[in-house]
Amino acid sequence: MLNKVLDLLDPLLILSAALMGVALYLIFVWVPTETNQGAVQRILYFHVPVAWGSMMGIFVVSGSSFMYLWKKNEKWDRLAVASAEVGVIFGAMMLLSGMIWARPVWAVWWTGEAKLTTALILFFIYVAYLMFRAYFPPGTQRQRLAAIIGVIGAVDTPIIYFAANLWSQAHPPLVTGPAADAESALGSDLGTVLLASTLAFSFLFIYMVQTRYKIRKSEDDLVELKRASSASAMTGAN
Amino acid sequence: MMGSLAVIWAIGRKDLLLEIRNKDVVVAVAGFALLVLVIFTFAIDLNQGNAELVGPGVLWAGIAFAGVTGLNRAFALEVEGSTLEALMLAPISRDLIYLGKALGNFLFIAVAQIIVIPVFAVLFNLVVFRWEMLAISLLTTIGFSAVGTLFAGMSVRVRAREVMLPLLFLPVVTPLLMAAVESTSHMVYGRSWSDMAQWLQLAVAFDVAFLVVSAFIFQHILED
Repeated sequence: MLNKVLDLLDPLLILSAALMGVALYLIFVWVPTETNQGAVQRILYFHVPVAWGSMMGIFVVSGSSFMYLWKKNEKWDRLAVASAEVGVIFGAMMLLSGMIWARPVWAVWWTGEAKLTTALILFFIYVAYLMFRAYFPPGTQRQRLAAIIGVIGAVDTPIIYFAANLWSQAHPPLVTGPAADAESALGSDLGTVLLASTLAFSFLFIYMVQTRYKIRKSEDDLVELKRASSASAMTGAN
Repeated sequence: MMGSLAVIWAIGRKDLLLEIRNKDVVVAVAGFALLVLVIFTFAIDLNQGNAELVGPGVLWAGIAFAGVTGLNRAFALEVEGSTLEALMLAPISRDLIYLGKALGNFLFIAVAQIIVIPVFAVLFNLVVFRWEMLAISLLTTIGFSAVGTLFAGMSVRVRAREVMLPLLFLPVVTPLLMAAVESTSHMVYGRSWSDMAQWLQLAVAFDVAFLVVSAFIFQHILED
């Protein structure tokens, strides 16, 4: 029993939990409340790290999809699917926390601002990536086609950002909330908290991807074992 | 070079011949797009003041949605007749198969637009018979068929391909859709080429990027 508990205590998990504790203390106790936006500004310390995590996810999916198409090694496919799943969860948290912040500060839940539009479209592409994997029968063909979606998403990203930028220039976002663009009075304190929080979420991201990768590997091993055992049963019957 | 063009044309012409005989795709795409336009004339209270504002968006949303239904057919026919294997057996490189299929899809969506755009002009009371419209329409259709052919080739073997293709296709073509809508609205407001130049450049960049990447990557789809 104790061994099982100890097995679960991955160094990365301990590190991210400890950093998360430090980050929470800094966010809710140490850092002073921002004068223009009030307490709601503290969402930033959560929003930026999860946005960073979702960007890491997209980056790893693209990179490992490309590597899979090139090397055809299963481990790249496992890494791609693990970081896509974690990246989509971080992306959902980013979109939700951003909306909760925007409502009091910008007076709208959502606007056509370039980064928002880009994040939302990329979120949809990676949701489609996961849905495709869910719909397609398992095998190397699924891995190959999923990798193609990963690569296409990477090609599309700069084009989406450029288009969203042009679009938001043509349609200036309607932002009427209090002091949305006012200079923050927090200065270096903000940087310190953000750094701690981003580190905590980065290690959490890596830990989650690593765990998902291991589960994926076990799933693949299980399929392989079943295939081997049914093959040996067949030869035994003959 | 000439040989490659001949191969692309041969595949495109095959699809075109099939289409001339049964008129499946063009009728489906044009009919679907026209219905979207008509439904929007009821969904939005259309008057002299807002036709320029909402018209371009409705037009391109309609063509994008309708395009998906047509793209689904292009590979479905090959799979139903098991002719995809025959194409793969042909001693030609896979990127030419992709370009041939993309050419067919391009022609279908383009012909459907020849029917849809005049009806759009009538329903929304806008002037669209201009060179700008031709350029926008060609660039958008090239991009739609470049991305659509790749994704149609992928989703054809998924059990829910009617659902999968739009989920993959629509987010990826969003920048192109923005370019089409924005430059069409510049056009209906009577502005010049220079106003829409940035959007047209974006559309060209999108088309080139996806034609090259898709042609290069298509071999991985047909691999077995």
